[in-house]
Amino acid sequence: MTTPASRDDFALPDPVAFSAQRVKAMLLRHLFVFRRSWPRIIELLYWPIMNMTVWGFLTLYLLKQSSWLAQATGVFISGVLLWDVLFRTNLGVALSFIEEMWARNLGQLFVSPLRAYELMASVVAMGTVRALIAVLPAGLLALPFYDFWVFSMGPPLYVFFLNLLVMGWWVGLFVSAVVLRFGLSAESICWAVLFLLAPISCVYYPVEVLPAWLQPVALAVPATHVFEGMRAVLFGEGFRAELFWAAAGLNALYGALSAAFFLWMFEIARRRGLLLKQGE
Amino acid sequence: MTSRSAIVVEDLAKTFVRRKGPPVRAVDGVTFAVAEGSATALLGGNGAGKSTTIAMLLGVLKPDRGVARVLGADMIRDRPRALPFMNFSSPYVDMPKTLSARENLIVYANLYGLKDIDGRIAELTRDLDLGAILDRLTGTLSAGEATRLSLAKALLNRPRLLLLDEPTASLDPDTGDWVRGFLEDYRRRTGATVLLASHNMAEVERLCDRVLMMKKGRMVDDGAPADLIRRYGRRNMEEVFLAIARDLPRAAAS
Repeated sequence: MTTPASRDDFALPDPVAFSAQRVKAMLLRHLFVFRRSWPRIIELLYWPIMNMTVWGFLTLYLLKQSSWLAQATGVFISGVLLWDVLFRTNLGVALSFIEEMWARNLGQLFVSPLRAYELMASVVAMGTVRALIAVLPAGLLALPFYDFWVFSMGPPLYVFFLNLLVMGWWVGLFVSAVVLRFGLSAESICWAVLFLLAPISCVYYPVEVLPAWLQPVALAVPATHVFEGMRAVLFGEGFRAELFWAAAGLNALYGALSAAFFLWMFEIARRRGLLLKQGE
Repeated sequence: MTSRSAIVVEDLAKTFVRRKGPPVRAVDGVTFAVAEGSATALLGGNGAGKSTTIAMLLGVLKPDRGVARVLGADMIRDRPRALPFMNFSSPYVDMPKTLSARENLIVYANLYGLKDIDGRIAELTRDLDLGAILDRLTGTLSAGEATRLSLAKALLNRPRLLLLDEPTASLDPDTGDWVRGFLEDYRRRTGATVLLASHNMAEVERLCDRVLMMKKGRMVDDGAPADLIRRYGRRNMEEVFLAIARDLPRAAAS
């Protein structure tokens, strides 16, 4: 005969709330794949270098035509590189998550002790790794190609970089949550979402160029403040701290909302039985 | 003798709402308990609610109502407490095919917080005869090899509770027999509790000391294989299964 068990019957220890080893496991899962797949590395490098090359030569041409541009030769190249930081981070986060769905691995993962927020931490870390692999070589190549050393911007560059990285994290998490809820038919959103934000992020032009009604919308996007700040540095106005704080504040707000949205979608997936069924 | 229950399920229910068509009541108020150290089969035809019940026991599916307690932990609200001490194997839930068998085991060993990962993988390689496949990509493994890898993954953390969903589905008789022998031996050595969903009645008779029969989301019978065979007046579990699935009258006990 059996009797109902209480928790004390089994005296299970309190579970670890956050395990770095589990996050490491998820990083290993992706790094193992990269280790053997050079086409994946090439794919990561390809588009940022292509973008930088095209915009760099355009810059060289426009320099001869425009006194505005002549004041800041790196404005387009820096814009391209920093936009790619955002784009590749978002893509890296979202693809690291979507790969688990392609592999039909979510079921296995979530019958293990892995927590949803540990998965979030791992895809954020992996997104960062992917973005660095993609963007750093392109940034370095700007020196021999155009005699432009992006790192000459100094500390402001790292601050912009960090803000765009964080924005890439939360956009990627938002996209992942949508794909978790609506399935792989929604995966194209991970490419599309930043193209939707690009016009109002003012990567290559000042925010005043936008119609008056659109400017408040643009200013609600962290990237807009980053690119305004980048232009201020390149045009010799120096580092504008208020733009940094605006971007950082918005990122903190959207980051928290995005993480909460992911956890909410995860609970909906648990309720609907999506964790064991998702896949190609 | 009184023993603890590794699994306690009370009035568990789950209905799936579909965009088109009526809702599907997959599990409809199921109640049962599984004694620690026992091997129990969860049987039923397709759509009986076995996989849904197992998914709720794993905590990856939330029930609409009821209780699912595993090793004393509420799997709706407190599943992180039990998950390190249980594991799951199913041929229908994949591992990444672009990783080698060894890499998959390393990833899952880390997920279960193992310390001596190389040592544990070496043990399982010996026990499950994985040597020849350890460095092959998981996507290139045959069904039998993939099943052995899936079992290795399920045993990494030396689980106190093992949930198996059709562990020998699509295996040839020889490999299926090997897997059943391994599971018998594992249970004997470790005293682990096993809950098994299967359509192979010979497997159930060999491995399990108790059978839970489900039909249309409800529990319709419960007993030791020999008791059920006697009660239904049949020769084996295959015939008992058919009798229940087809609502045949109970034959006179032989």
